[in-house]
Amino acid sequence: MTSHKAETIRINGCDTEFLRGGKGPTLLFLHGAGGINGWAPYLDALAQGYDVIAPSHPGFGRSEDPDWLDSVSDIAFFYLDLMESLELRDVHLVGNSLGGWIASEIVIRSDEKIKSLTLASAAGINVVGVPMGDIFMWSNEEAARKIFYDQEIANQRIAAGETMDEEQKDVQLKNYFTTGKLSWNPRFHNPDLSKWLHRIKVPTMIIWGENDEIFPTAYGEAYNALIPGSELRIIPECGHLPHQEKLEEFLDAVNSNTSKN
Amino acid sequence: MQFSFFHLMPYSAVNLEAIKHTAWINFSNSNYDPKEGHKLYNRYLDELEFADELGFDGICVNEHHQTAYGIMPQPSLLAGALSRRTENAKICILGRALPLTENPLSIAEEYAMIDNVTGGRLIAGFVRGIGCEYHSYMVNPANSLERFHEAHDLILQAWTQPGPTAFEGKHYRFQYVNMWPRPYQEPHPPIWIPSQGSAETKDWASHPDRKYTMLMTFSPIKNVIRNMNAYAEKCEEYGYKCQPQQLGWALPLYVAETDEKAIEEAREHIQNFFNKFVLAPTEYRMPPGYSSINSYKMILENKMKFREQFLSIEMLMDNGMFICGSPSTVAEKLEEYQEAMGYGNLVIMGQFATLDHEHTKKSMQMFSEEVMPKLRHIGAPNVAAAE
Repeated sequence: MTSHKAETIRINGCDTEFLRGGKGPTLLFLHGAGGINGWAPYLDALAQGYDVIAPSHPGFGRSEDPDWLDSVSDIAFFYLDLMESLELRDVHLVGNSLGGWIASEIVIRSDEKIKSLTLASAAGINVVGVPMGDIFMWSNEEAARKIFYDQEIANQRIAAGETMDEEQKDVQLKNYFTTGKLSWNPRFHNPDLSKWLHRIKVPTMIIWGENDEIFPTAYGEAYNALIPGSELRIIPECGHLPHQEKLEEFLDAVNSNTSKN
Repeated sequence: MQFSFFHLMPYSAVNLEAIKHTAWINFSNSNYDPKEGHKLYNRYLDELEFADELGFDGICVNEHHQTAYGIMPQPSLLAGALSRRTENAKICILGRALPLTENPLSIAEEYAMIDNVTGGRLIAGFVRGIGCEYHSYMVNPANSLERFHEAHDLILQAWTQPGPTAFEGKHYRFQYVNMWPRPYQEPHPPIWIPSQGSAETKDWASHPDRKYTMLMTFSPIKNVIRNMNAYAEKCEEYGYKCQPQQLGWALPLYVAETDEKAIEEAREHIQNFFNKFVLAPTEYRMPPGYSSINSYKMILENKMKFREQFLSIEMLMDNGMFICGSPSTVAEKLEEYQEAMGYGNLVIMGQFATLDHEHTKKSMQMFSEEVMPKLRHIGAPNVAAAE
């Protein structure tokens, strides 16, 4: 395991926790609805080749829940501030699900500090006629079974969920609540985002699990069509969290993108 | 004591076997037969009119969406139907779900119209709407409380401030608030707040500027007593004595010739109500942000423990969520509870789930003729204290 640190930074009045570890080009990882759960295998693997920064967004994990947090747009501006405060440059931005939506919103606003963009199973756009899976109607158990293609992984997650302590339960609920606040309606998207994705000029990799039951592959295809020069990789036998379910294929895709010029 | 007859208007023709994990949100409306619905709406309106004939002080409708539990998504329509067919009973809408609408002025307008048509018989209920409604209507549950309060303030402004005025809220903004008609009752129709007893509701409703009736619904009797006492204490803190009519208790109730007969006649139907018609998974009834995280955790632990098991009529009677028996048994219980909590408004749900028309009427009539007279004298408004 690569050594890593747990740090806090105050951005726009919001105390924000983040994990940081590894050496190499900067990689800013933006999590999805489930939040950051410690220095997970995918962070450790990324840290082999990058200086990985993995914050908990405002309203998630142990980061504060600031009064000014109303939308994903607010989080995008927050991250522009964060990159400034940490003096980051040439950032490889990687976002999963809700984090992918945030990443897109950041880059259409400013790519000054951005070197590349990777969207994994990203929220943010809507594909008319292709319904999203409604995570707000699923129990924890149903969610695990639908999020992972591999039901063995789902079983492990369900078992782990049953042994959570009070603090972990609180964090899980907090993450769920903030996700709902940001994503209820329009459901998991910004109707204006698709108008401006053409502004993205940095090398963009779009990674999607073939068996994503939350955002079906049509969503990856739509992102691919909207971001000029982007590459789409669909991973077979993979659900909504490619970085957790198919780490090798995920790393391969990320690395191939970060080395583009 | 004021007595009201409350209807949920369930789609009682439903095929009970078809209700698997939910009767709400995505329980397909292919299970609804308009020919049955036509009969049910008219039957239920007959029952409400019958309540007026029997001398109930109020007749009540309510709002739920996309569910077999109740087919009144737009209750004001039926309140309108009752307005011209009744002359005595108050018309109680318990209640419109304020946060669900993008335009609360429409609720203010509906209510004002009924108040005008009836010459001041409206009782205006305001609710947040249960969690399931937020899935059906796509309103963000995280905004539920804020929207409720803003909508309430807007409606009160529309009712009481001569227009045109402006309203600048976070969720609702209007250049011109200038409602035609204005409400009939002065300063506005009485406002009731159906509740399951949140501290926030008690605090707000009991405030001297408001003094809204808190109507406790579908709660075990221990909770009802606790919450009513807490509300009365809040009034004391505010510097006035709580009037009995500020405390309302709503529950299903059934009367028959003997205790045994009552239980036998009600058993299947009250059990259908609590085990089939209310059925919805936690995620349906508790979308994120609807309650605070702590409330969410507490409600999860308490209610789910309670609801996971089959609720028998015995259990429901035992914890005071259902009152069922001979007229004297029922009267005794109601009087005993009145002493414990001082309510002045009793709202009975005389029809529940699959209970048929004949039994509903029989119970209503028996309640009116043999129970109501015994309880009239208690929980009456304290005129001196009201000054």
